[in-house]
Amino acid sequence: MTQVDGSILGNAVLRREDPSLLVGADQYLDDLKLDGAGYVHFVRSEYAHATINGVDASSALEMPGVIGVYTAADLDIPPFIAFPAFPETLGRPPLAVGKVRFVGDLIAAVVAETREQAVDAAEMVVVDADPLPVVTTAPEALAEGAVQLYDDLGANVCFATAIGEDLDPFEGADTVVECTMNSQRLAGVPMEPNGCAVIPDGDHLTVYMSSQNPVAVRDVVVGTLGLDPEKVRVLAPAVGGGFGPKAGPYPEFLILTKLAQMLGQSVRWHEERSENMVNMVQGRDMVLTAKMGFTNDGKIVGLDCNVLANAGAYATIGGILALFTQTMIQAVYEMPKVKFSATTALTNTPPIGAYRGAGRPEATQVIERVLDMGADALGIDPAEIRRMNFLQPESFPLTTAGGANYDSGEYEKALDAALEAADYQGLLAQQAERRASGAVKQLGIGVSAYVEVTAPAGLHVEYGAVEIHDDGKVTAKVGTSAHGQGHITAFSMIVSDMLGVPMDDITVLQSDTDHIPRGVGTMGSRSLQTAGSAVHVASETVLVKAKALAAHMLEASESDIVVGDGGLQVAGVPSSSVSWADLAAAANDASKLPEGMEPGLAHELDFDGTDSTFPFGAHVSVVEVDTETGQVEMLRHIAVDDCGKILNPMIVTGQQHGGIAQGAAQALYEEVAFDEMGNPITSNLMDYAIPSAAELCSFETHNTETPSPRNPLGAKGIGESGTIGSTPAIHNAVVDAVSHLGVSHIDMPLSAQRVWKAMQDAS
Amino acid sequence: MEVTVTINGSAVSADVEARTLLVHYIRDTAGLTGTNVGCDTSSCGACTVHLNGEAVKSCTVLAAQADGQEVTTIEGLAPSEDEMHPMQTAFMECHALQCGYCTPGMVMASVSLLDEIPNPTEAQVREGLEGNLCRCTGYHNIVKAVLTASGATEGVPA
Repeated sequence: MTQVDGSILGNAVLRREDPSLLVGADQYLDDLKLDGAGYVHFVRSEYAHATINGVDASSALEMPGVIGVYTAADLDIPPFIAFPAFPETLGRPPLAVGKVRFVGDLIAAVVAETREQAVDAAEMVVVDADPLPVVTTAPEALAEGAVQLYDDLGANVCFATAIGEDLDPFEGADTVVECTMNSQRLAGVPMEPNGCAVIPDGDHLTVYMSSQNPVAVRDVVVGTLGLDPEKVRVLAPAVGGGFGPKAGPYPEFLILTKLAQMLGQSVRWHEERSENMVNMVQGRDMVLTAKMGFTNDGKIVGLDCNVLANAGAYATIGGILALFTQTMIQAVYEMPKVKFSATTALTNTPPIGAYRGAGRPEATQVIERVLDMGADALGIDPAEIRRMNFLQPESFPLTTAGGANYDSGEYEKALDAALEAADYQGLLAQQAERRASGAVKQLGIGVSAYVEVTAPAGLHVEYGAVEIHDDGKVTAKVGTSAHGQGHITAFSMIVSDMLGVPMDDITVLQSDTDHIPRGVGTMGSRSLQTAGSAVHVASETVLVKAKALAAHMLEASESDIVVGDGGLQVAGVPSSSVSWADLAAAANDASKLPEGMEPGLAHELDFDGTDSTFPFGAHVSVVEVDTETGQVEMLRHIAVDDCGKILNPMIVTGQQHGGIAQGAAQALYEEVAFDEMGNPITSNLMDYAIPSAAELCSFETHNTETPSPRNPLGAKGIGESGTIGSTPAIHNAVVDAVSHLGVSHIDMPLSAQRVWKAMQDAS
Repeated sequence: MEVTVTINGSAVSADVEARTLLVHYIRDTAGLTGTNVGCDTSSCGACTVHLNGEAVKSCTVLAAQADGQEVTTIEGLAPSEDEMHPMQTAFMECHALQCGYCTPGMVMASVSLLDEIPNPTEAQVREGLEGNLCRCTGYHNIVKAVLTASGATEGVPA
């Protein structure tokens, strides 16, 4: 490890999280030892849409080990709103009341002494149901005469938005190109599925959940069930990945909590993978139609984009993600006129939620594709058409047509870096050779440029605290909740850099309402810029106070006090020093405090970044397409992602890698699918193809660093950039590989079959 | 039925249902929870352990089939966090894990891979780990860690 400017910040510090994870010592939810806990298994709907006439549990109740079988009437939990924007009409009863709305919807909870007994007994529960007509796509749900999912809603619509309705976006355009993009439904697939365990103790309840934001979810649990927040502790153990779908409340959390309370017995539920694939909220599922007008020399004149989004059966945050698409629709370009509209439909499919990118990838995907179509129509190089339309650095901060308040950006710099790293000109020459020789395997080169929003939609405020103890050790607390991101390491680095305390002497607390009074959680690539900044400010505030105290103790001037080895000292006089332990003790001893100073060396705050931040970058994808089979192979992927000032480059690169892989997965492999009856046909990891190491290549990751002015770290998020930048680059590369054969667009995922068919149709 | 499996050098005996999978025997009977379960179709490899020194997905083996056999789990690979196996060290130094859920299985599969192919190419590592899924790392740093652990000096991704 080399240090930059004597500071730990900016260095590839190895993770404090890793040793215990590497020896298998961390406890994920299913690893918790809970004596005598009942296992819960759910009876789920086998129909996508049906009325429920009755549930007969008599046979199940006679099965060995069964503690009970419970339906909505037994538990009496009111419907809950998973995202505050929606009206009560859209409240979801945790267990079905009269109607089920997707395959996997909850009907009854079986509690038994063992996991196997609960599963066996659930098989014996008989559900009397009458199937109803089914809609699985937004266009079907919005069609006239479509079956209605909710009686009191009037239409299968949970959200609609529009901007620029009166504009003529193509006034002055020489050419208008159109692209219809199906940003297909995806499953998040954290390697650890969902789960929950609840332990009652007198009138107190301890609720473990595999969650990205347990502290915030506590409010929904106590609010819905009418519990005293003081008597409910919610916490997350080790969490095996989230990617968005583990943000927010799940009905199972409410059911388990209620069961534990009613039964006076601990209960636990661990989602099986095949259950997870129909139950956990899914992502994307938008059909976007974009028309873009250009002048003959390639300048964008305007955009008209319409989105039909699928919310699934119950409105969660997924119901409003088209708003994020609207926010980011102007992308990185000068776009004089923008017209945008979106309608989000309720359908008989699992709810859509936030999945890595959440509404922003969809915007980038359609803009980057339609821009390539424009470049093709005008005979302009794809890199060049981007360059000539970029928003310029001097125009920041600026508010876009979609209402985004961009903080900073140097888009051309990122694109240039990506093109140079890729040897773009060399690639074009190789491609020309293969085209000329009629090679079976053709080369495709795809470019994307993107900007995204992190800490979006008001999520720019977060809790953080720092306290120095009498033993000289430090505790930091954050309202975020890491589940693989390495926050213990990152936040320790911030405290250590400010106070000079070794990282091993810093404890970072998170994810537990016993320690964290409030918190938003980890989602939307927000944690470093919000919680990290809170920790930074709290450390700084404590340091300022400690300096005043040290000055008093050492009879020196406050301005001469600096951070020294293990404490504070008079600058240049190491012998005149006071340790953190002595400072903390003095801070709690009224006789040693300067007059007017409050006791303690601690500070807590809600850091407010005032707005979101806007990371950006450019990706270049190089693929090979077998023109005889349509098979696509990723040869190279070059990413230049700018997440502002970098705290730990090792962690940033890891986020880029993971993001690129998930973006590549959308471009090439994954799609959640249903048959016409709404039956999921990708309900396990045999049928839903998340890529393995064998499908992917190594990635060439780079960064530019354009600090954000919105937080003291200069940080922007990096969690979702890879996903947002990679998909359109790969998509463009595959189309580029076969564009000389007359192909202008192929829908994702770009399977061999689809690519082959596109070539056949074009010839 | 009565089953005895030697896990990490200690004999573990229990009377279990015939349908009991080795992974549940390891987790529930032996109480070793480092081995994880990530799917129900033998797709993900999170439950990979060594059976008589070779990597297996412990969800594809019945406890009864492992009767009288030797099993090594992640807990048995190295004495402690301070004395990790070279593969674990390589994973840490290459940042080859994020959430850690696939990691025990991935490490066990990687150790077995190098036993079989001591000096693999990148392509051989990628093919060799095809049965172990990771959703966090994009595999880049896992491949790098395995190549690093093999002592490779060329062909290791940046």
